[in-house]
Formats: sequence, structure tokens, C-alpha cells
Amino acid sequence: MQAEIAVLRFGLGARPGELADAAGEPRAWLMSQVKGAAPLAVSTPLAASDQIFAGLLAARDERQKMKQESSAAAADAKVVNAVREAYQPHYRAQVLARAQSAALTARPFAERLVHFWSNHFAVSADKGVVFGLAGTLENEAIRPHVGGRFVDLLTAVEQHPAMIAFLDNQYSVGRDSAAAHLASRRLGPGLDAPKRQFGINENLAREILELHTLGVNGGYSQADVTSFAQVITGWSIGGGRGRLAGGVPGRFYFRDNLHQPGPKVVLGKTYTEQGVRQGEAVLADLARRPETARFIATKLVRHFIADDPPPAAVDRVARAFLKSGGDLPQVYAALIGSPEAWETDARKFKTPEDFVFSTLRALNVSPGQPEEVVRTFDLLGQRQFTPGSPAGWPDTSKSWDGSDALMHRVLWASRVGAKYESGVEPADLAASSLGAYARPETLTALRRATTSGQAVALLLMSPEFQRR
Amino acid sequence: MPRLFQVNAARRRFLLGAGALAASAAIPQVLFAHTGGSSRLVVVILRGALDGLAAVPPYGDPDYASLHRELAIAAPGNADGALALNNTFGLHPALSYLHERFAAGELIVFSAVASPYRDRSHFDGQNVLENGLAKPIGSADGWLNRALAALPVAGRAADRAVAISQNVPLILRGEAAVMSKSPQATPDVDEDLLARLADLYSKDDWFSARLSEAVQTDKMVDGAGRAGYPDRVTAVARMAANLMRSEGGPEIAVIEAGGWDTHANQGGAKGILSTRLAGLDKALKSLADELGPLWPQTAVLIVTEFGRTAAINGTRGTDHGTGGCAFLVGGAVRGGQVIADWPGLRRAALLDNRDLKPTLDLRSVFKAVLDEHMHVDANTLAKRVFPDSSGARPLAGLIRA
Repeated sequence: MQAEIAVLRFGLGARPGELADAAGEPRAWLMSQVKGAAPLAVSTPLAASDQIFAGLLAARDERQKMKQESSAAAADAKVVNAVREAYQPHYRAQVLARAQSAALTARPFAERLVHFWSNHFAVSADKGVVFGLAGTLENEAIRPHVGGRFVDLLTAVEQHPAMIAFLDNQYSVGRDSAAAHLASRRLGPGLDAPKRQFGINENLAREILELHTLGVNGGYSQADVTSFAQVITGWSIGGGRGRLAGGVPGRFYFRDNLHQPGPKVVLGKTYTEQGVRQGEAVLADLARRPETARFIATKLVRHFIADDPPPAAVDRVARAFLKSGGDLPQVYAALIGSPEAWETDARKFKTPEDFVFSTLRALNVSPGQPEEVVRTFDLLGQRQFTPGSPAGWPDTSKSWDGSDALMHRVLWASRVGAKYESGVEPADLAASSLGAYARPETLTALRRATTSGQAVALLLMSPEFQRR
Repeated sequence: MPRLFQVNAARRRFLLGAGALAASAAIPQVLFAHTGGSSRLVVVILRGALDGLAAVPPYGDPDYASLHRELAIAAPGNADGALALNNTFGLHPALSYLHERFAAGELIVFSAVASPYRDRSHFDGQNVLENGLAKPIGSADGWLNRALAALPVAGRAADRAVAISQNVPLILRGEAAVMSKSPQATPDVDEDLLARLADLYSKDDWFSARLSEAVQTDKMVDGAGRAGYPDRVTAVARMAANLMRSEGGPEIAVIEAGGWDTHANQGGAKGILSTRLAGLDKALKSLADELGPLWPQTAVLIVTEFGRTAAINGTRGTDHGTGGCAFLVGGAVRGGQVIADWPGLRRAALLDNRDLKPTLDLRSVFKAVLDEHMHVDANTLAKRVFPDSSGARPLAGLIRA
């Protein structure tokens, strides 16, 4: 069963022949995948975040023009459409490329790790400004660092425009920043306070502490959140207009004039660095803390081993994280080295993503059109890049196992069966996709099915295919 | 500032609560047998933390306008002003249907209310809201599921509660079986395939339970119809109503709505939050309209994980706070009341110098609704449904006798 566990639990489900590839040395097969970057396994060229963002800015400029020419309401409606139109092809291309890469990659463990980190550092495309950028965070900040050091991954993510925009940091302003001073001087003494109050927005700072590093019980206070938010004032995106002009449009840009100057205390340590270095120094310290090691270890073990993470495995992974200074391949090695991971009962109920990607791999097919993928995930309740919250999609069975959700899976499985029935021998499919996991009663059900399409649906909906 | 009139009323009600509870606990359950099972309860969870100071603007508080600045809702009578509830509180102008219900005596508005959670994580906050404990971890089931098990009239358990969602949220998870159903249709699933799957799942309780629930609910919905849904929250509300109205349908439904986490450009009388509130208002009207003859025996409880900062932040929004608002609306509700032991918004009165200080535990509301409306006995409420909640005594007089 070791090969099955490597391929089904740590990978994305078996493609034909993959169980045999992993059979000799399943642990070595996994470890061979994780070193270095993990680019998309397809050659489709995707637009970069700065190009996409430039399209958004162009759409907004158009709005200004339209507002002068027509009624505000009409212009608003047109702009919402213009932004959607500018963004939509990028979103669809990203979703398609992601599904193709998951279907085809020869490094499924690395690909699953990319998905894990993408969900750990979640942004949600249902926020308008993020819509066309969501997939770029995964491709530009996560894929290059998935086999590197945690601190580099963390820094790349927090400085990615999709994250800055998702958690509203681009307009967070220090009260004593140059911009705030300029605004109050212009008004002069005795005049009314500025209409727009300058100040911080603590959203990104809080979620970095709570969701990206220390975890909610990681020992930070409200004062740490506020202070850290001051530290990262000025972490913004290039390409504004007027006084906010500056930087390369759509790239991370440190706006010194929004930054709250001076030393600040976070978690009891005083940071005296200037400018963007101050925030990077805080991130570097956060990446080394034992609370971070434990939080990341717990999430990895929950994802790869069981909803209730076995404490011994968490300890082992957390120790490797601390000892290696957050060197991710060593962290993954500790995960794979946990005996709990190799117990034979599959304990994780697949998410819709797991179910779809493992189906594509089992059938050895790759989607050709974005609509196919978009509709599938709408139906199954996991529209790509839209967890809705910065905590990402839930990673426990209970969040996915509603009876209605099961019925949607049955519906999709029956459509897949009907589409791919020709050319599939159900017994072979069971062997290549489940190996020794296939139960005798499932094989019997496949033999008795009236059509091979029905057999495919039964296989996909069998308890052993639905779990990993 | 001087304490407000309804403060004293609310204080008295706390005292009354204890006595009234003792009285109802003493009445044998059999007296409720004819009403038990006829009450309907809908719980609406607003995920993301609704700004209570925008939804229920305390326009009479002298510090409100200076803290909430351009997000503040003006006093009633001004352009885009609040819809008046009394001399201090109003409703956001987008909540016109709820305001009608208040005038009709069917809405109670709570302010300065919170779950026992005192930190500012959405996810832990929602856990506490739903698990019924004082802390985010320690329970894998939700208070509404534990209450289900204690409903006085026995029925087929699987029929008694539904989550309008593909999956079951924490509040309804637990031992008692519940259904889940989303407005998205699952047509055309081949009966023969379902029968074969039932057979394939016969050795796996986990899968077979879900499949039989799904098949059962699907039949119910086919009878209730599902065409013509205008938008998501309204679609969800109408589906809840249709299921509850169907033969043998559930008595309890849980609905969720997201999008309340307004850190930037929240807007005042108009804007992002206003649009959300208008959507909620419309959904509640649809719920009432579709429930039709069941509305007189219905209570709808609308809650969120916590409130938001009293002062606006640097990006014309509000950050995570503590005290907020809640609503109880329905034909069964003894409405027309504002329940708020108002602490005021002076800096010294704020929690941690930033948040509206909560003066009422949401569990006091939950207990009252489960006791007065669903007739769950007080002992079960105190011991099983909300353990360690002795500090949160149930309110009284929320439901019509």
C-alpha cells in the first residue's frame, strides 16, 4: 500500500502507470519532486500580474473619461463591466492552466504543496480588484519558493500585489507620514479637519500574524497588530495617479511618503530599520518563531495525514522547521518521515478540488476549455481562487461532507462517465487509479454496471476514490 | 452621557428573566406538546462581522458622528437618515423592510451585544458564535444541533433541521442528523445509478447516511419548486422557506451570508455595506413572503461573529471590533423593542479604547429563543446546549405568549 499512499495521499491521484513508478521507493519518489521551483506543468503563456493590473488601471481611466461624458450611474455600470472584461480572460486562463497542470504534472507532490501554500496564503477572486490577479499570487510568489525557504515564500507573498490589494494595505497611511503631514499643512491651522482621515488599516498585519505565521493563539496582542500595521504602512502597489504616482504599475512598491517613520515594537522587540526593511525584518523574525513552526506543522499534518493532526507528527515537523530555519524540503522530509502518514486507512475526504484533479489524472485527460473547469467547480462548490475569506478553504472533512455536496458529486461523476465511457475498461481504470485500495465490492459493482459510463461514475463515487 | 431610557427597561427584564425561567421550567413539557413542533426557527449567520454601528446607528449618542465620521448614518429626518426606532437608535436606511416589521411589532433590535469571544479573529469568533462555548475550540458540534436533540416533540431527526448550503456549518453539526441543500439544482441524477450507489455504500455508514439524506431532500425540493431566484441570499432564503413549508419539512433552517468584512470604503447611507444590507433586507422579505401561513409561528435570528471598531480606520472602513448588533424578527416575536444596555461611545467607555463594549451575551438571546420559542427545557439549555454559560442568563419576553 506504500505506493498508493504516496500517490493518492501526497500526490494528486494516480495517472496510469504512476503507481508503478512510485512502487520501488515511494519516499524517494516523493522527495525527488520537491527541490526548487515548481512551475506550471503546461506551456500556456499567462499574463503577469503587472500586465493584468495595467489593464485594470486602463479600465479605471476609461471610467474617469466616461464620468465626465455621461451620467455617473451609467459610467459606474460600464466600468464594472470594463473591469470584469479586462480581468475575465486572465481569470479563466489561470483556472484552466491550473487544472491542466494538476492533470499532467509529473511532480504531483510539489503541485499539491503549491496548492497547500496557495490556500495557506489565500486571496479571494470574489473581491473585484483581485479577480484577475488571484492566480498570479500562486504562480509568481508560491511556485518559485515552494521548494525553498519559508521566509522567502512569506516575503514574496506579502509583497505580491494580489495580497496587498486583497487585504487593503495599499492605502494604509501612517499618521506621521509625509503624506499625512502635507495634507494637514495644506489645510492650515484653524480650518476644519481633513475630510479624509489618514490612518492605518490593520487588515494585512492581523492576517499575517493570525493566518500566515504565528496562528491565532501565537501570543500576539492587539497592540502588536496595530504596531505591525504601522511597520508595513507604505507597502503598496505602483502605478497610482497624481500624488500617488510612482513605481512600476502593478508591481510591489514601497511608498515612503505613506510610511509611519521611526522605530516600532512588535512582540517585545524594537525595530529600528528604515523604510521597507523594517517590515522585512519583522517578517524574518516571524518566520523563525516556534509558534510559526508549530502552526505551519499543524496545518501540513492536517492536510497530509488527518483532520485531527497526530501530535507526534506535528512535533516532528515543527522541530524540523525550527532546526532547519524553515528550509521547506527538510520540513517536507519530516512529514514524509512520519510513520502516521503511512498508516493504510485513507482518512481525508477529498475536497472538490482533490476530487476533480484526481479524476482528470485517473482518466488521463486534461481539460481543453476554461468553461469546462469553471462550471465544474461552480457545481461542486469550490470556485477556483474564491475561498471568500483570508483563512482559505477549510481543510477538514466536515466542511465538505454535506449530503447536498455528495449529490453534486454524483451528478458530475455521471456526466464524466457519459463523456469518457468509450475507450475505458472499468476494471483497468480501477487498477490504475486505486491499485490495492480498490475494494472487492467496488470491483463487483463495476462488473455489474449496465454501461461503462455508469461504471466510471460508480468508481469515481466509491468511498475509496472519495477519500485519500 | 446619561443612560438611556430602555437601559432601565432592559435591566428590569434581566431580573424578570430569572423568575420567568423558573416558572416555565416548572411546567410539565406535556403542556407544550400541542405547540411543540409548530414553531419555526431560522438562524441567519452574517459572516465577516457586520458593523453594528452602521446597521443600528446610535444617532443619539453624542460621540457617534465624530467616531464613525463619513460612515455615520445621520439622524432620522435628514437626507439618507436613519429609520427611527427610538430617540437614540435607528436602522440603516437600507433596512426598510425590517423597519416595517419593527413598526408592526415583529422585530427586536439588540445592540451592544456579543458572543463571549473577546479577541478579533473572524474564524475563532465564528467558532464561538456557533459552538456555544466560551472558547473557540473544545467542541466539534454546534449549539443548534445539541438543541435539536432536546426538542420536546420527537420526529424523524433527519427532517428537523436544514442548512441551506452544500455543506453543514458548525452551528448545525453534531450527533443529530441534519440535511443540507443548496439552491443550485441537481437535476437528472439517474435513479439506477443512485440505487447502485446505495448498494455500494451499504458497508460504509458515513456515505450511506449522506446519500439517503440527499435523496430525501431532493424529493422535497422538487415538490417545492425552485425557479426564478433573483440573487444568492434571496435564493437561499426562499429555498429555506420552501423546504419548511413542504410536507414534513424541517422546523429549523440555517442560512449564511458573507461579505460584511468592510475594512475599506465601507460607505455610509450608500455604498458597499448599504448594498449588502439592502440584499439582506430583501432576502428577509422573501423569506417572510414565502413562509406565508407559517410566518406567525416563525422567529428569525440574525447574528454575526462580532462588531467593528467604533472609529473608522485610515481607509474609510472599520477594523475588527467587539460589541455589535443582532436582530430577532418574525410573527412569533414580541417585537417593537430595542434591547440595549448602552455603555456609550465615550473613549473611556470603549473596550480597549476602540470597540463598543458588549453588555449583553448573545447566549442570553439564544437561550431565550430556544426556551420560549422552541420549548427546549432550561436544564438542558444550561447543561448541554450552552455549558459554562451561567453568567449568561436567558432574557425573557422575546416571544409572544
